Parts: sequence; C-alpha cells; structure tokens
Amino acid sequence: MSGVFIGLFLLCSGCEQSEWNNPYPEQDASKRIYYDSFRERPKHLDPVSSYSANEYIFLGQIYEPPLQYHFLKRPYELVPLTATELPKPVYFDSEGQVLPEDVEAEKIDHVKYRISIKSDILFQPHPAFAKAANDEYLYHDLSPDKLENIHALSDFDVVGTREVLAEDYVYQIKRMAHPKIHSPIAGLMGKYIVGLNHLAKELHELDSSEKNYINLNNYDLPGVRVIDKTTFEITLKQKYPQFLYWLSMTFFAPMPWEAEYFYSQDGMEDKNITLDWYPVGTGPFMLAENNPNRRMVLERNPNFRGETYPEEGAEGDRALGLLEDAGKKMPFIDIAIYSLEKESIPSWNKFLQGYYDTSGIASDSFDQAVQFNTGGDAELTPEMQGKGIRLITAVTTSTSYMGFNMADDVIGGDNERARLLRRAISIAVDYEEYISIFANGRGKPSQGPIPPGIFGAVEDKEGINPYVYELKEGRAVRRDIEQAKQLMVQAGYPNGREQATGKPLVLNLDTPAAGPGAKATFDWMRKQFSKLGINLVIRATDYNRFQEKIRKGTAQIYQWGWNADYPDPENFFFLLYGPNGKVEYSGENASNYNNAEFDELFNQMKSMNNSPERLEVINQMVEIVRKDAPWLWGFHPVGFSLHHGWYKNSKPNLMANNTLKYKRVEPMRRAEKRSDWNQPTWWPIALIILIMVAILLPAIISYRRRETESIL
Amino acid sequence: MPVIFITDGLIFLLVFMVLGFVLYARGHEHLRAPWRDVTRRPIAMSAAIILFVYIVFGLFDSLHFHPRLEASDSNEPVYSSEISSVLDVLLGDLRNNTERTYSAPLASYAFSKEMIEQTDGTQIRTYPRLKYGGAHLDDPSSQSNTDIIKRILISFFLGLLVSVSVTGIILLILSKRNNLGFKETMNKCVRNELPVPWYAIFITLCLIITIFTCVICLSQSYHVFGTDKVGQDVLYQSLKSIRTGLVIGTLTTLIMLPFAIMTGLMAGYFRGWIDDVIQYLYTTLNSIPGVLLIAASILLLQVYISNHEADFSSLEQRGDLRLLFLCIILGITSWTGLCRLLRAETLKLREVDYVQAAQAFGVGNLRIMLRHLLPNVMHIVMISIVLDFSGLVLAEAVLSYVGIGVDPSMHSWGNMINSARLEIARDPVVWWSLAAAFIFMFILVLSANLFSDAVRDAFDPRIREN
Amino acid sequence: MINYILRRIAYAIPILIGVNIITFVLFFVVNTPDDMARMQLGDKHISEAAITKWKEERGYDKPILWNNNAQAVGKVTETIFFQNSVKLFLFDFGRSDSGRDISYDIGQRMLPSLSITVPGLVFGLLAYITFGLILAFFRGSYIDVSGVILCVAMMSVSGLFYIIGGQFLIGKLLHLVPISGYDTGFNSIKFIVLPVFIGLIGGIGASTRWYRTIFLEEMGKDYVRTAKAKGLSETSVLYKHVLMNGLIPILTGVVVILPSLFMGSLIVESFFAIPGLGSYTIDAISSQDFAIVRSMVFLGSVLYIIGLILTDISYTLVDPRVRLN
Repeated sequence: MSGVFIGLFLLCSGCEQSEWNNPYPEQDASKRIYYDSFRERPKHLDPVSSYSANEYIFLGQIYEPPLQYHFLKRPYELVPLTATELPKPVYFDSEGQVLPEDVEAEKIDHVKYRISIKSDILFQPHPAFAKAANDEYLYHDLSPDKLENIHALSDFDVVGTREVLAEDYVYQIKRMAHPKIHSPIAGLMGKYIVGLNHLAKELHELDSSEKNYINLNNYDLPGVRVIDKTTFEITLKQKYPQFLYWLSMTFFAPMPWEAEYFYSQDGMEDKNITLDWYPVGTGPFMLAENNPNRRMVLERNPNFRGETYPEEGAEGDRALGLLEDAGKKMPFIDIAIYSLEKESIPSWNKFLQGYYDTSGIASDSFDQAVQFNTGGDAELTPEMQGKGIRLITAVTTSTSYMGFNMADDVIGGDNERARLLRRAISIAVDYEEYISIFANGRGKPSQGPIPPGIFGAVEDKEGINPYVYELKEGRAVRRDIEQAKQLMVQAGYPNGREQATGKPLVLNLDTPAAGPGAKATFDWMRKQFSKLGINLVIRATDYNRFQEKIRKGTAQIYQWGWNADYPDPENFFFLLYGPNGKVEYSGENASNYNNAEFDELFNQMKSMNNSPERLEVINQMVEIVRKDAPWLWGFHPVGFSLHHGWYKNSKPNLMANNTLKYKRVEPMRRAEKRSDWNQPTWWPIALIILIMVAILLPAIISYRRRETESIL
Repeated sequence: MPVIFITDGLIFLLVFMVLGFVLYARGHEHLRAPWRDVTRRPIAMSAAIILFVYIVFGLFDSLHFHPRLEASDSNEPVYSSEISSVLDVLLGDLRNNTERTYSAPLASYAFSKEMIEQTDGTQIRTYPRLKYGGAHLDDPSSQSNTDIIKRILISFFLGLLVSVSVTGIILLILSKRNNLGFKETMNKCVRNELPVPWYAIFITLCLIITIFTCVICLSQSYHVFGTDKVGQDVLYQSLKSIRTGLVIGTLTTLIMLPFAIMTGLMAGYFRGWIDDVIQYLYTTLNSIPGVLLIAASILLLQVYISNHEADFSSLEQRGDLRLLFLCIILGITSWTGLCRLLRAETLKLREVDYVQAAQAFGVGNLRIMLRHLLPNVMHIVMISIVLDFSGLVLAEAVLSYVGIGVDPSMHSWGNMINSARLEIARDPVVWWSLAAAFIFMFILVLSANLFSDAVRDAFDPRIREN
Repeated sequence: MINYILRRIAYAIPILIGVNIITFVLFFVVNTPDDMARMQLGDKHISEAAITKWKEERGYDKPILWNNNAQAVGKVTETIFFQNSVKLFLFDFGRSDSGRDISYDIGQRMLPSLSITVPGLVFGLLAYITFGLILAFFRGSYIDVSGVILCVAMMSVSGLFYIIGGQFLIGKLLHLVPISGYDTGFNSIKFIVLPVFIGLIGGIGASTRWYRTIFLEEMGKDYVRTAKAKGLSETSVLYKHVLMNGLIPILTGVVVILPSLFMGSLIVESFFAIPGLGSYTIDAISSQDFAIVRSMVFLGSVLYIIGLILTDISYTLVDPRVRLN
C-alpha cells in the first residue's frame, strides 16, 4: 500500500516542486500575488445589498464610493476617493432659504449635499460595455443559443468600458428602492433621502414581469439629482451629520445601467451569471475568479485611473516604514488570491508555513505567537520573531456585551431592586478574567457603550465606570466581590436567595453560541454567577431561535455584540434608544431599555457636530446608562494580526475596507522563506515501511521453509 | 431531594430487565449455554470486568438529587436548584478544585505565564502556582517529582496488597465451593484447569485495583489529567462522560428494540401488504442521509424547548432531554438494519415444520410469533445489541463534532474532543484533554468490541457449529 | 430483467415522495419562512417589509401544506410543498435560497467529492483485501493474532482522532502535503492524498477483519481442501480459489455504496476544505438553506435506491441461481 502512495508522491513530484506542501502552483511563486483566506462564503456581491465584513473584503477593492477613510491618519478621517472634495452640507429652511452652518437642528427643513466626481474614471473591462463596430452593444440581445457555450463571465470574448458619469451614482442610489434587490439600508435611508420611500412603493407596484429589468433612469427620485456630467446632488429631509460616513460605503458606489441590463437578460440567472456574483466596478481590482466554494481571485483592473499612496500619516508612521511608498502609484500587487478556510487550525498552520501572508490569531494559537513583556505589552515570541513575523494590534470599534432584558420581571425594570441586582452581577462577572482566558488578553474591559477611538470615549482614570470599578493607587480595579454581595443583600437576595422564601435565585442566559469553545465559556459564566449564589441556566439555541427570543422579549440575559458602521457615538447609543426597542418597534435595542431622559439627550446628541457641547451631552448619557446598567458592558476586543516580513504597508484600519491597494508583497523573499520552512521529512514514513517489512519477513521465511519442506 | 431524569428511569428499567433476564435464564439450559460459553473465554471475561467498572460509574452518576442548602431562616428545608449525582459526591473535591485555566497533568504550576505581583510591588511574568495542584509542597520545582514517585510507589504496593487479598478471598470461596484445597485451586487456576478462566479475571482485577489506588492517591493533591481551559479537572470530566457514552450506547438500542422486533417479525410472518408497508417504511427512512435526519430533529427539539421554556428550569434537564432525544433519533435511524435481518430470518423460520404445524392446529398468530418465532431469532437480537454498542459510542463523538450531538453543556467525550481540537494547535501542545477522552473512550469501546466478539461467537449458530 | 428494473423504478416513486414529505415536514416545523428570510437577509437593519418581499419572491408566502383560500385543486397545488416538490421529480432543483442555481453547484462540486471517494474506495479495497488475505494466509500464526488485535484496537478509535492526528503529523510536522485545500486538475493530487489515506486508515480495522472472516470461511470449504489435496501450492490455491470466490460477497457489498460515492464525505470534506457535496450539505444545514437541503436529501435517496437496484442485479450476475422476480 505504501508503495502505491510513494508512487503517487513520485507522480506528484513530476511537477518539480521544492515544497510538497505548497498549495499553490509552483510557477506562481515569483509573481506579485497576495495570499489570504476567507472563512465564510460571501452571500451577496451586489454593492447595494451587501452588508457584511466577509463581503467587503472583495467589494471594497472593486467598487468605489465617493469617499474613503484616510489609510494612515488617526482618528479616522474621511477623504475624497472618487469625489473631488469632501461635500459640505447646505441647510435650508422650509422656504428654500440657505441657513448658516451653526443653525439649530430644529430649524432645518432639508439639507443638500453636492458631490462632484473626478472626470477620468473608467469602469473595469466588462462584456456589458462591449460594442460592435456599428456602436451597438454586442451582448445586450442574447438569445438562448448564444448563451449555450457561456458558463462564466470570462466566456464572453469581447469586453469594453466607459467613463463614469454622475448618473451612475444616481442610478445606484435608486437601486436601493429596487423591488428585487434587498438593500439592508433602504429603510434607514428612506428616513433621510427625499422621495426614496415613494420610489420604492412605486416600483413595488409594478407587475412582476416588469420587475425583471427596470430602467431606473426613467424614474424620478427627487432627493437625488444629476446636476451635470460629473456632479450630482443629494437632498436629505433633516440634518444628519453621519451621512458622510455612509458615502464611504459601497452602497453609494457607481453602477452602470448597462451592467444591470446585461445581467437581467433571460438565461443569465440560470447560469449564476448575475450582478450579485460578478461585480462591475471602478476600483483598483476586479473579480477574476468567483468560486466561493474554493477561492476568490482579484486581479488588477487595467482601467484603474491610478491613485497614489498617501504622503502623510499619523505620528510614528514614518518610523514604521509606512510612508516608504508615499506618492507611488497604487496598487502594488497584481493578483490577490483568497482561499476558503473554514477551520482555524489549518489556516493558522498554513500561515506559519508561509502560504498566507497575513493571519489573525485564534485564541488557542495565541501562546505560540504572542507573549507579554515585562511592561505588559504584547510582543511576539522569539520563535515568531525569528521567522520575521510582525504583530499589529488595535482596539476594535466594536463591543461585546451581555444585555439584560429590561422587560423582564426579575432582572429588568426601572426599580431599585433590579438595578442593584444588575449592578451586583456587573461586578461579579469578572471580564478581566474572561479576556485573559478566552481572548488571551486581547480585549479592553468596557466602561460604557463607546469603544476607545470614537468621539466621546474617555480614556484612563476619568473614564472608569464607578459602579463597577474603583480607583486604587491610580489604577482602575474591579470592585470587590464582597461589595457585590452587599448589593445583593440590599436588593433582597442575601447569598443569592430570595429573602422571603429562601429559594435560590435562578437566572437564564440565552446565547446562540455553539461549537468547540462554547462549553468552556458556559462553565466560566456559571462560575461567575455562582459567586453571588445565583444559579445560572444557559439556554443555548441556534441563532434563529435566539433572535426570535430577543424579538419577542422572552430572553432574560443574553450575549451579543455590535460592530460600528461608522466612527460616531450615535452608532452605539442608538442601541439603547427607547424608540429603537426590539419588542415594540423591532429596532436594534435588544435590551428594550427605555429611559425618557436618555432618549431626549440622544435626539439632541444625534444631530450635533463633534464639539465640547456634544461631549457634555454624551457624558450625561453615559452616566445614565451606567447607573441603570441595562448591559453588562463587557469588553472591546483588541484585534491582533500577524504579518510576514515580506508583507508591507499594513496598518490596521477598522473603518476602511479598501485597503488592499496599499499593500505590497516581496515575492522573492517569500519564496526563499517558504522553501526554508517546508522541507519534507521522509524518514518516519521510511521507518514505518521498514517496520512492516520486518514484521512480515519472519513469517514469509517460515512459509518458504514450509513450502520447500513439503516438496522434499 | 432526589430527582429522576427520564434517562435515569430508563437506565434503571434496563438494569431491572437485565436482572430479570438473568434470573429467568438460570432456569433454562438453552439460554444458559451460550452465556456459559462466553464465560469460558479469558478475553471476554477481562472485557466484561472492565465494562462492569464503567457501568458502576454510570449507575452512580444516574442517581441525581438536589443538594440541600444550609439552613435558612424558615424551618422548611431549602434545596439548591442545581442537580448533583451520587458520583459527584463520591468524587468529592475533584469537582470543586478548579484552577484558573490550563494546567498540565500532575503539574504544580500553571501552563502559561502570567503577570504576578510580587510582595515588593513589582510585577514579573512567570508561571503561577496552582491553587490545588501540588499545593501541599513548599517548593514544587524540586519536590514535586519525588513526591509523585513516592505516591505512586506507595499506592502501587497498597494496590498490590488489596488485589492480592481480593484474589485470595475469591480463591477461598472457589475452593469452598468446589470442595478442593486452597493450594489445589490456586494451582488449577494458574494452569487454567478451572472451567472459568479465573487467571484472566485476577490479572484484570489486579490491574484495575492498582490503577485505581494510584489515581486516587495522586488525585488527592494533583490534577491527574490536568485541567482544561476554564480550570476544570479533566479526570472529573472524563468520569462524568462515562454515563453519556453508556446511555447513548444502551438506551438507543433499548428504545428501538421493541419496534424493530415487532416490525421485523410481522413483515416476515404475515408477508403480503404488511410486509410491503414495513419494507416501504424502512427503505424510505434508510434512504434519507442519517446526518440530515439527526440535524433536523435536534433543531426540532430546540424549538420545542424554547417554546416550553418553563418546563426546563435547569441545565441538566435540558441536557437530559436532548440526550434522550438523540437516543430516540439514533434509534430511528438504526432500527432498520435489525428489522431487515429479523424479517429475512422469519421468512425462513415460518416455513419450518413446527411453525407450519402450529398454524395447522389453529394456534393464534400472536402466540406463534411470541412462542415459536421470537425465541429463535433472539440470538440475532443479542448479537446486534452488543455489536451496535461500540458503534453508537463512537457516533456520539462525531455527532458532537458536527454540532448535533449532546448538549454542549453536558459532559461527553465528543464535547471534550470537540473543545480539544483547537488545543492541539497550541504550542506547546495541550494534549491532555484529547488524550484523556481518547483513553477512556478507547478502553470502553475496545472492551465492548472484545466482549461482543465473544457474544457473537457464542450465539451465532453458524460459528457455533464450526 | 428490463421489466424488473422498470418495476423497481416505479416502486421508487412512493419512496421518494415519502422522503420528500419527511424532509419537508421536519424542516418547516423547525424553520418558518420568516426565519429563512432573516438568515438570508442578514442581521442589521432588517424590516418586516423586506422579509415579506423576500418570501413573496421565492414563493414562501403561500401556506405550507394546504391552501384554504384557493379553489378546488389549487388547495393542494397552491402550497409551498407542492410547488417545490414537483420540480424535484424532474431533477430541476431550482435556485438556492441565496440565489444560486443548485444544479450548477451540484455539477461543480461532484468532481471534488468523487476525487476523494473513488480513490478511497479503490485503494481501500486493495489494501483491505491484501491485509485480509495476508491474515487469512498466516492464520493462527503470530501475524494473524497480532493483526486481529490491531484491527480491533483500530476499530475502537474514533475516526476524529485519525483526522486530527493525520493532519497534525503528516501536514504540520512532516511537511509532506498541504494541510487542507483543493485544486483542479493534476494539482489536486497532493490535496487528496492525505484525506484518502486517512479515510483508508480509519476503515482498516473493521474491513480487514471482515474480509479475513470471508476468506477464512472460503478456505474452510471442501473444494479448497480438495485443491490442496491435489497438491496445488498454497499460494495458487489462495489466488485462484479463495480470492476469486471471496471477492463475490465483497464486491456485491461494494455495489450498494457505489452511487453514494457522489455524495462525498461530510466530515472529511469539511476538515480538509474540499469543495465537494458533503461540505455543501453541511454548509446548507448550518445556513438553513432549505432548497439545498431538500435537493441533497432527494439526490441522496435517489442514489441509495439506484444502489439497491444495482445490488440486486449484481447478485444475478455472479450467482445464476438467483432470479429477479
């Protein structure tokens, strides 16, 4: 048997490979290719319906909205991408008079943003633009027999392109109202953009036969108008300073009508050739291979206008070598290959073998990669340093929390008993320990809803949550468990038992967590509650059931997280805004927290520009929610990522999703390291074969003897 | 306050059924003969003893109760809402001695470095001492090895002493019963001249007793198999997992047995449309990929539980219901095999003279099936019970891995493997959870396989004739 | 013969209907169409209107099994069940809930599955038969005894350990093959070696032991003794008689699993990131894509029934005494 396998190996080695475990073809080694992995197959690649990180990995490189985040500067700063400059809001009153910039929000009737785009932008090569000599579209009239030999987009021979116009941006915004596309932000934008809801209704009432392709250019959207070839204007119903952030998301990237027409032809959908799978963008890269079952390949877009690497950065970036490429034309890599990698172990091992250029660190590989130095800062282990691997850390703009359902009789409610109980639990659940066990210290215990790095977050001593922490020798220390027990007594649960009946208090935690690590976290969680004598019942279900419970408000305590859409405190506070309540209004406020004072402050804060006054309001809001404790504030995860030495220009940017163009790899160095690290080891296999032969040999000899004996 | 889970009830029902069968079989030579044959095989007897030890653990773990809380103000006794088992009480401190996080087997220091504040206020990064592991030592780095070896040696001799005396007592009883001298019995035993291979039994007993004394002695002040991510003793988890494995292995068969026997006999005996319907039923069920059926059913159960939240106030109850449900659904996917075998055998048997004669005499169908057919297919049933057992124990691990096994909060080897598969990517490798699950599972399945081989050889008429 | 096959195919239809009903009921008791919509549309900012729209588009707004609002036959046909099932029987799987064409995806994923299962079967058979023969040949000797013990021991190890251990040892420590992944064409060989090998090791215990019994049984038969008595050497008896006759039960046993090779292996595929039908099914379960689950169950049962028919036919081919009726 082993012989057969050795044969196979020899066959395989016909490819003349130096590393046998190289998952990629040998001839690719010298190319400027970036290798990465993705965990979950993207569901949508349509920029107007895609809304998740695993889709943005690809979409961000392909589609270009008007704005982007500066790659290097911190705090996050918006800069123009395809726009010529950052648009400025102009406020109008109901009579159409321009109002001054600092006018109060209530007086504003509508707001206009005028956006002008650069003029030299071309779409990527695509068959939808292909024209014959007579200037007619080649592939806009496809019959079934023409489609017969077409299985993928690459089977169309001719491609074309055209210049991006302002109307392409307008077209895309109208697509939010398209009845066949489910844009997740259609509802939200409908609240702001004038006429969007009306357009959606109008389109919804069309016959189903007409819905297949709707020429949106024939429909009017009063809130979004083309001014001239390169300028368009968006009208909002009210002041909404956060709108600019939305303009940096792919929802607002240009979309040519040709593409939508092309893909809507009969027979295309049956071959999986849809706009949802084959994007048409203007960005530095285009999707060359779309096989979400195995790998996604991005290739350099030959029509890319050429953007240059930023020439200034944040403090210290120059020392880190992040400005070495300043002013050079991007992108620096030709191909980016993303392989599907569902299990974390294989992908981590492949990173160590040099087959991925970058990797996050799974909690269980952490000790191997990272240690903390005497100052308590994370640094790489000597083993990793020896490999030339570099570590980059950043506190993410997200929060992982445990919520109390405020509609619950025991744990919720606006009364002193429940408040004390919640606060006692807040002290008992030791998130410092949680972070050190389950996240290897990769987290910052939250002091409130706002993660560090976002306006309104107060760092250090002034920012501690006094209900959970106290200052000891200048450091924030979690309050002693005895204080929590004292709170329990005050709340009427001495030793976790109801004062009147002596029955132990039982609380339920709902969680959708499953999988390998879940059991350990459950055990830990129960241990925390048992410090107060509370018996915690873990009700683990699948995600659907979990969401249903949250929607119906039958959960008691639940675990959830939130990832910021944009770096603004509004995006976190709205999770606690009363009229956003899950049960009543099916909003995002899963705790159904409702505090009139908080809600009023929220409305005030929402439309303010970042200023000391806004900070004042935010501080008041934070104080209210800390006191009420509708959440156990949990922690803000710190993202650790590792990069090989040949991978340049990596700086964590949690807001931007179009960072691939900044990256550079050094393929020669990579090839060298790979062959150093991956020399095959043969002797154990040879040893096994030897042992097997050794076992069989005596028997064969004795058999031979028997045979010869019988002849004699 | 005792609590009886559904699976507890079924387990004890099963125990009573087995006891009843033993009593019944004692009076019937044709039932005793194959079992006597099993007792003549040394490997089978060793395996049986190991299985017996597992079963004892499983049974102790099936006696559940609410522990009583210390007196409160009111006079009525107050019970904790948590549920413990007798095994928890027997294992005592093993359950409660939890460390903070990973520690290696028999270690006195934690597995990974932590920031520790020294008495003078400075912080250093080092391996902290464990709370329980090696806590009695002053300077574990120099003392722990000698301490461990000392303990092993002492307990080894203690174990030998105990096993020699146990062996002696058994030999004494044997010699009394056979009216032989003690020495003669011993000689016969060594030369394997007794009908039952006592030497194998003694060796197995000695091994088990010695290992037990060693483990008990060490576990007083060390974590024998280390601790897991949240600091729980791995030995404790492995022992608690025994019950889960046994329940899956036995209850599944118990649940599907009546159904499989009934349908198999009916299909073979009545033939015609009844046969068609039963065949249709099992072909249909068989043709659905089992994993999909199990996945759907587990989701179904979750819906049920979340709709009846109030009925399942404790974690253990939820886990138990899921376990039972898993047994039922595994039964549904596995009854078809036995049913088909029984049908084929019955088709043959119904043509045999005595069945034909009984029919001619007008004996009722039910009576024929129970009196004439059932006893003659019992060997098939017996063989399939023992053969299925090990397969089911292994299946539990795979299902838990896919996420459709027992409740994630339940102790099971599948869950241990599932959590441990991330641990082997660590460097240095955290191998002990995986190893413990492997060892416990391997020993159980190996003994079950060896035992079932003997049972098959003893019961299968084809092999017996050879 | 043709008559028989036709009858068996006709008999398969009620079975497939039954399978369809079971999957359907199981799935819709668990998942309401609302759940499916939420799953597909994502988490953030989802409105009721979007869900209604999604259901309408995919025909999930109809009643599940019985439509009271429709006329006459429409009561049965205007339902999710009917609309979805009819097409299945014509092997038109339609589109998955996430919008991809299922038949296309199945076609794409069949090859990777087969590239694991077919070599697994072929090399497995070769290895198991060889080992079985060796053990039978040296029966009673130390090789046989230790071989059987090894088989029982290997049977008692959970398959998960083989996968975890194999990946760790061969992929990580020895650098012999890529740890996981897949490629098309000739390049795929280095990816499939390890999963095939591990699958082979996993099955070695049970199969070798079983084949050994078959060969031993064959060796005990009279004609073998006669052949030996005639002075034929033991090796030639082993090859000419024992192996040839022993192959009959082995091969007829293999026929039944042949069609199911298409379905791939669930665990191996998800461990080694092989884009086959097994991981397709697992993904569909976890993302609750009902259209795919139903199609895969249907495909699985069709293949299972084909396997049964093939087995019957193969019996007649090897044993002329068996007649199909």
